[in-house]
Amino acid sequence: MSELDLIERVNALRKADDRLVAQGRLVRAKMLIEAGDQAAVVTIVDGTVTAIANANELVMPAWTFALRASEEEWAQFWEPAPRPGHHDLFALLRRKQLRIEGDIHPFMSNLFYFKALLALPRVV
Amino acid sequence: MSIRIEPVTARYLHVDLDGRDHRMFVEEAGNPGGVPVLCLHTAGADTRQFRGLINDDEVLRTCRVIAFDLPYHGKSSPPAGWQEGAYRLTAAGYASTVMAMIGALELHRPIVMGCSIGGRLVLYLAADHADRIGGVIGLQSGGHVDPYYDTDYLNRPDVHGGLACAGVVSGLIGPDSPDQDRWETLWHYMQGGPGVFKGDLHFYKVDGDVRDRLAAVDTSRCPVFLLTGEYDYSCSPDDTRQVADAIPGSSMTIMTGLGHFPMSEDYASFREYLRPTLTAAVKAREQLLEEARR
Repeated sequence: MSELDLIERVNALRKADDRLVAQGRLVRAKMLIEAGDQAAVVTIVDGTVTAIANANELVMPAWTFALRASEEEWAQFWEPAPRPGHHDLFALLRRKQLRIEGDIHPFMSNLFYFKALLALPRVV
Repeated sequence: MSIRIEPVTARYLHVDLDGRDHRMFVEEAGNPGGVPVLCLHTAGADTRQFRGLINDDEVLRTCRVIAFDLPYHGKSSPPAGWQEGAYRLTAAGYASTVMAMIGALELHRPIVMGCSIGGRLVLYLAADHADRIGGVIGLQSGGHVDPYYDTDYLNRPDVHGGLACAGVVSGLIGPDSPDQDRWETLWHYMQGGPGVFKGDLHFYKVDGDVRDRLAAVDTSRCPVFLLTGEYDYSCSPDDTRQVADAIPGSSMTIMTGLGHFPMSEDYASFREYLRPTLTAAVKAREQLLEEARR
């Protein structure tokens, strides 16, 4: 069993640099990241992460789209040098270890932004 | 100022495909009397993916390397009237295009090397056209891929198609590929026409399930070499292993560190795998031609 602290790891999403924020300048969304029993709601306004909430502490968590995988999958995805098959969100999709739900338009229309943003916890 | 001109010649060739004239972009380099090696690019891309190979002096000494852009791709135009319908690549259409190009270019039993959709197509050629080709090299060859993301997002007016296509494939490149080559490879995807990558995926994910045809491949008539990068999750090493298992006599190598676009994302690493494979493919072709002469 991995000992992933999701909120701690997801805090790295606040470290988007100016270039990444500019890349996501049209993104306004709430992204739910679920890792097994843990979940975080990440609020993004104009490419900047403005809030991160523990979804399990919210009475009515609201989000635009959700990324759901196991703790183990996120732990491997966020290793500094992930192994083949664990190195990209679409690799997880292909192995049916990630589900993306909800209004996926913001995600699919800003793939470079979200792939780079969600890779930030790798350098924690 | 330093100027370097590549040893590449490019031409436009007109060929009739499916009853319609097509203006096709073709480039080549190498020994004019050498072994013809015909290269097929991936879905949604073009011949620039082979820029490393077509400048590889060691290969060019013995081979004539030729690559063409599929219709709608790179500098090959879509046929007249394209605006009336959606582009969709089919197994039959793709195979007939490649065979028409082999005929138009008067290539005598070329080694056909294709990547991804091209890696799939060469399996059809090995099954159905063994007498007209001299062997195949499948890069990232798999028998079939079920859809694993919503391809509608690759072509819709409210999403930038170039960024969506490149964003989808970006993770297929090996993580240690040189930045310049990674981003050039993605640039090709960013430049694709609307709906072209998605149309190619019709072959890759719907119409081009080659698994039932693999039993027809006879490696004594058409040698088969398979090279697959370990970071490819679209055509994974397991997918290629299944193809290799279904074709007795085929050769398979999994390439460390490489992904879905080996010839484009990191040619320096890829050539270490390609050169010995090409040497073996040339030798196998010579044996085929020798047997044909007897």
